[in-house]
Amino acid sequence: MTFTLAAESEKIVDELLTRYPTKQAACLPLLHLCQRQAGWVSPDVIQYVSRRLELPASEVQGVVTFYTMYHQKPVAPNVVWVCRTLSCELRGARELQAHLEQRFGCGVNGTSQDGLFTLKKAECLAACGQAPMVQINDDYHENLTVDALDRILDDIAAKTSKAKISNGANGKG
Amino acid sequence: MDLPCVLTNRYRVPQSWSLRNIESLGAYEQAKRAYTQLEAAAIMGEVKEANIRGRGGAGFPAGMKWGFLAKDAQLKPYLVVNADEGEPGTFKDRTIMERDPHRLVEGCLIALKAVGAHVCYIYVRCELVTSIRRLEAAIEEARERGYVGERPFGVDHPAHIYVHMGAGAYICGEETALLNSLEGKRGEPRLKPPFPAVKGAFGAPTIVNNVETVATVPDILRMGGKVWSEQSRLPRDGGTRLYGISGHVKKPGIIEGPVGLTLRELIYDIGGGMLHPERPLKAVIPGGSSTPVLRPGDLVHAPDANHPLHAWHGKSHIDVPMGVDTMRALGTMLGTCCAIVMDTSTSMVDVACNLMKFYSHESCGQCTPCREGSGWLHDVLKNLQAGRGRAEDADLLVEIANNMMGNTICAFADGTAMPMLGLVQKFRDEFIEAGKRGVGSHTLGATARALGGAP
Repeated sequence: MTFTLAAESEKIVDELLTRYPTKQAACLPLLHLCQRQAGWVSPDVIQYVSRRLELPASEVQGVVTFYTMYHQKPVAPNVVWVCRTLSCELRGARELQAHLEQRFGCGVNGTSQDGLFTLKKAECLAACGQAPMVQINDDYHENLTVDALDRILDDIAAKTSKAKISNGANGKG
Repeated sequence: MDLPCVLTNRYRVPQSWSLRNIESLGAYEQAKRAYTQLEAAAIMGEVKEANIRGRGGAGFPAGMKWGFLAKDAQLKPYLVVNADEGEPGTFKDRTIMERDPHRLVEGCLIALKAVGAHVCYIYVRCELVTSIRRLEAAIEEARERGYVGERPFGVDHPAHIYVHMGAGAYICGEETALLNSLEGKRGEPRLKPPFPAVKGAFGAPTIVNNVETVATVPDILRMGGKVWSEQSRLPRDGGTRLYGISGHVKKPGIIEGPVGLTLRELIYDIGGGMLHPERPLKAVIPGGSSTPVLRPGDLVHAPDANHPLHAWHGKSHIDVPMGVDTMRALGTMLGTCCAIVMDTSTSMVDVACNLMKFYSHESCGQCTPCREGSGWLHDVLKNLQAGRGRAEDADLLVEIANNMMGNTICAFADGTAMPMLGLVQKFRDEFIEAGKRGVGSHTLGATARALGGAP
C-alpha cells in the first residue's frame, strides 16, 4: 500500500522545502508529519520520504533508526513515555513505571490489554523540577502521584474512542 | 532572598507568550535599535563587554565565539540556536521558550544582525511540544509585525527564523551532531576542526548558541554590556543566569540569580532546604549529569594566595560561588547550572547505574571507546546493583572510564567518564561494599513511598 500525505500536509512540505538550502534538510520534519498521519514510520512512509526528498531509501531508514521518537512499529493511539532519568528516579519514577506496567498488563514497548496505550521509557524530558513526570502524546504531566496518573489515564481512555481503534487509522496496524 | 529579575521579568505576566501582553514591557525595542541605529560591531562590542559565558554547558565566552565567525564571501553564515535541552537535571531553556518565547526571537534577530546572518534555525527537541508551539506562534506574530522577514523594521537586512524539530537524541545537543541533524542526517558528531564558525550548517560558517545565551542579548543591549556584566558576583563571568534545582529539595524549580550563587544558597534558601529534614544532604551534582558530584563535607584546600579558590580556603565545596571558572577549579563543571540534590537515603551505586544507563542509551555509537565503554560501565554497575559484583569492580569502572576520556570525536565520552570517575572517587567505599554484598533493594524510589505518592 503506497503512502501519500494529505493534501494539506503537502502544502506544509512545500513551505518546509523553502526553508533550507537542501531537500534533505526537510527529512526530520517530513518524517514527523508522516508519523502524525500514519501513526508510525512504516516502510511505505520511508519510500514516500525517499521519493519526495530524492534521497536513497537506505539513507532515510538510517535516519529513522537513529532517533527514538520515530516509531518503527505500530503503536496504540496513546503513547505514554515515563521518564526514568535521575531527577525523576529520585522522586519516585520507578513506582510510576511499575504501576503503569501493572495497569496496562504489559512491559516497556508493549501495548495495554485494551489497545489504548503503548508504554515507553524515556530518558530525561527536561522536566526535572516537576518530577516525577510522564509525557502522554503531546502533553507533559508533572509532579505526579500514582493516583493523579490514574485519573489522567482514565480520562484519556474515556476520550479515545474504541471506534478509532477498529478503524485502524491510528491503531495497532 | 532578594534576587534580580532581568531575563525572567516577563515570566509572571499572564499569557506572557503573546506579544500584545508584553509590548509595553519593552519587547523588540532592542531589536529595533539594533536594526535601525546600531552597527554590527557595536552590538558585538556590548556582548563582549557583558562577559557572558555560554549557557549551554561549556561556558565559552559568547562574544568571542561570535568573533570567530569566518568572513566567507561565497557563503552566507547561519545562526543556529541549540534548544535540544536534554542534559539530565536541566530544564531551564524550556522556561524561556514556554514563558517568554519573544525574548528568544528578539535575541535571534539581534544576533542575526550582529553576525551578518540572514537565516536562523532554532533546533528544539520534539518532545517539547509546548515550547515548539509557542515559539512558532511568536515567530509568526513577529513576522506579522514586520520584525521578522525580508525587511525587519524597514531595514534591508533579511532575517528569517525557523523552528526545526529534533527527533529524540541527546547527542544532538552536541553542536556538530545538531548540524548533521539539521541537515536531515543521523545526528553523529563531526570531527573538529573545521569548527562550525568556519564550516557549519550546509557547509557555511555557523554560530551555534544556547537558548539562554541568545535570550540574554536584548537585556545586554538595553542595560549596556558593562552594567549587565556587573550584576554578577564573579569576574570574567557576567550577568544573571537561570539556576535549576531538582531532586531531594522541598521546592524544586528554576530561578534567576546573579552568577555566583553558592550551592548552599541554591539548596537551602531557594530550594527550601532538604525534602526530609531528617535526611541531610549527601551529594549534589552541580550542573547537569555530566558534571562530577560534590560533597558538602569536602573543604576547599587552597592555602596559596594565587590559587583561584584561595578566597574560599577552608570552606565547604557548597559554599564556593557557582561560576564557570570556580567550578572547574573545584574539579567539576558548572555545566548548565542545574543542580541535582541527593540526601543520605540515596545509594551512589544506584545513581551511577541510572546515569550510565542514560549514557549507554544515548551514545551515538560512532566511536568504539564511547559506544562500548558506556555499555560496559552500565553492565558493571547493573551487576553491582544486583549483588553480582566484585570488590575490584570499583577499579574496573575507573579503568573503563579512563579509556574513554579523550579518545573520541566529541565530548560525550568525557561527559560520561567524568561523572563516573567522580562518583567512584568520592564514594569508593559504597562501590566496594556493593561489590562485596550487593546493595540489595533499590533505594532511589524510596522517597515516593515516604511522600505517600506510591504504594
